[in-house]
Amino acid sequence: MTNYLQLSNITKTYGHFTALDDVSLSVDKGEFVTFLGPSGSGKTTTLMIIAGFEKASGGKVEIGGRSISGLAPHERNIGIVFQNYALFPHKTAVENVYFPLQMRGVSRSQGLRQAEDMLFLVGLKGFGHRHPKELSGGQQQRVALARALVFEPSLLLLDEPLGALDKNLREQMQIEIKRIQRSLGVTTIFVTHDQSEAMSMSDRIVVFEKGRIEQVAPPLDIYHRPQTSFVAAFIGESNLIPAIITSGAGKTAENPTLGAFQYAGEDALADGQKVTLLIRPEHIKLSRSPIEGRKNVRMIVETIVNYGDNALVIGRAGDIPMRVRVLGADVVIIKEGEECWISWAPDAVFVITK
Amino acid sequence: MGISLSKLTEKTNIWPWLLLAPLGLYMLIFFAVPLADVAIMSFTEPKVSLANYQKVLTGALYQRVFLNTFVTAAFVTLCCLLVGYPLAYLMAHSKPRTAMLILLLVTMSFWTSFLVRTYSWMVLLGNNGPLIAFLQMVGVDRPPQLLFTRFSSTLAMVHILAPYMIMNIYTVMKKIDPALIRSAESLGARGWSLFRHVYLPLTAPGIANGSVLVFVICLGFYVTPVLLGSPREQMVAGLIGHQIEEFLAFGLGSAMAMILLVVTLIILTIYHRRFGLDKLWG
Repeated sequence: MTNYLQLSNITKTYGHFTALDDVSLSVDKGEFVTFLGPSGSGKTTTLMIIAGFEKASGGKVEIGGRSISGLAPHERNIGIVFQNYALFPHKTAVENVYFPLQMRGVSRSQGLRQAEDMLFLVGLKGFGHRHPKELSGGQQQRVALARALVFEPSLLLLDEPLGALDKNLREQMQIEIKRIQRSLGVTTIFVTHDQSEAMSMSDRIVVFEKGRIEQVAPPLDIYHRPQTSFVAAFIGESNLIPAIITSGAGKTAENPTLGAFQYAGEDALADGQKVTLLIRPEHIKLSRSPIEGRKNVRMIVETIVNYGDNALVIGRAGDIPMRVRVLGADVVIIKEGEECWISWAPDAVFVITK
Repeated sequence: MGISLSKLTEKTNIWPWLLLAPLGLYMLIFFAVPLADVAIMSFTEPKVSLANYQKVLTGALYQRVFLNTFVTAAFVTLCCLLVGYPLAYLMAHSKPRTAMLILLLVTMSFWTSFLVRTYSWMVLLGNNGPLIAFLQMVGVDRPPQLLFTRFSSTLAMVHILAPYMIMNIYTVMKKIDPALIRSAESLGARGWSLFRHVYLPLTAPGIANGSVLVFVICLGFYVTPVLLGSPREQMVAGLIGHQIEEFLAFGLGSAMAMILLVVTLIILTIYHRRFGLDKLWG
C-alpha cells in the first residue's frame, strides 16, 4: 500500500505572496511523517490544505487514490490535534471524545463506551467525567488525541501539539504518541519546528523552507546526508565549509584557509565544482598536538559552553568559525583564548552540492 | 525594622479607603437613606402594621399587575434574545466594515436617551404617524390601534433593552476560539449540529448574562410602559407611581417597591450562585 496520501504539485498564493510552491509528497499507509521547518516555511499551510481549512491555489490531495480536494473539512474523515488542543470546554473528557461518534450517528450508550475505551488507550482511565479545565496540559493533550482517533480517521494530523508542554512532559508525550500511533497503525502527519521531536518520532522527515520541500528522508539520513546546506544548518549543529573539488576521483576538496581535505561518499564529483563540506561538531576531536591519520587544523578557542555531560567549544580556524562537541571530562584540557588542534577523519566530511 | 514597616503599611492602608468616601457619602445620602425610608414607610404608613403587604400579596389587582410585569419582562427578554442573537452573530463574524456598521447602529441607539426613543415610537406609531399613513395608503380602511397597546410598549422596550442583550452575547461570541469551530468541523460537525452542540453552548454564558440584565431592568420599567402601553396592562412600576402620585398611598407604594426589590435580589442571587455576578458586565 504505497502512496496512501498523495500531494501533487500543491501551490498556495496570497496575492503576490507564494506560501507554497509546487509541493509534492507521497506518504505510505501507517507511516509517521513529520513536517519540519522554521515558522512561515509552509508546513502548517500544507497541513491546513490537507485538512481542508485552506484551499490550495493549485495541485491536488488524494487519500487512498481518491481526490479529497473538493471535500469540506467535515467530509474528509481526518483527525486533527490542534496546537492548543481545542477541547470543548462545556463537555467532559468523555463527551469530547464521544463528539465525533455522535456526529456520525452512533448511539449515546455505545458511543460513550467507545470513548471510554479510547481514553483507556491513551492512559486516561477514570478521568472521563472531568471537564477540560480540570485536566493538566498533558491530560488535555491525551483527550485531544483520543478524540482525533476514536472515529478511525483515514489520517491523523498533529499541529505542533507539544509546544505548550514543559520539557519532561514533552518527552513523555513523544513516546506516548508514538506508541499509540503504532498500536493503531494510523497514517500520521506531525508538524513541528522542533528538530529533536522530528528526529525521535518520525519514520520520515519532510524539511520545509520558503514554501518548498528541501528534503524528504528518514531522520538519520536527514542528519548524516543533508541534500542542501539549509537542511544541514537547520538540523543539528554543523560546521559548513565552502570548498572546491580538486579531484573528484581522489575525493579531495580544498578550502583556501584550511587547505586540502579528504572526504567520503560514493558520488563522483566533477573537478572544480563548488561545494559545501559538512562536519558535525561531535565528529571533531580536540587535542594538544596533531593526530596522525586525520586532517589536523589549528583553532583558537573563543567560548566554551558547558552542558555538564558535554561541552560545546566555539572557536575559529583562520577566518572560519568552528564548533566542536567534546565530552564533559575532556573539556578541562583547554581554556578560552588558548590555541589547540582539531582533527577529523575523512568519513566525517560530507559533501553538499546544493 | 520589619515590624515598623508593617505598621506603616497598615496605617497607610486606610488612605485608599478614603478615596471611596465621596462616593460612599453620596450613596448613603441619595440611595441608602431613601431606600431605608421606603422600607420603613412600607410598614408604618398609614399606621404600623403588615397591612400594606397583606393588601399587595392578596389583592386581585396587585397580583394581576405583578403577574403581568413578570410575563411582560419574560416576553421582552425572549424577544431581545431572538432579535439580539442573530445580530450579535453578524457583528462577531462579519467582515470588519460590516461589523463596525452594526456595532455603530447598536451603540448609537444605546446612547440615545430612552425618553427620546420612547417619544420616537409615539411619533412613529401614533394615529397621525407614518405607519398608520402607510397602512391607509395601501388600502387598510380602519387601521388597528398601534399606540397605547401592549404591542407598542413591548416593541419599544425590546428596542431599548436589546443593546444589553446584544453586547453581552457579542462579547462572548468574539472570545470563542476559532480552533474550536475548526476542530468541530474536522470531527464531522456542520450546520445545525455544529451550532447546537458547539456554538450555542459556547455562547450560553452571554445568553444568561444578557437575559438576566434585560429581565431585571424590564421588571422596573416605568416611563416606556406608562407612555406607550395600554392603561389596562399596567406594570408594577407604573402602579407604584399611581399609588403615590394620585392616591398618596405612600405605604402601599413602598410595599410594592420592596416586593419588587426583593424579587430582583432573589433573581440576582440565583444568578450569582450559578455564574457569578462579576461576570454580568462582561
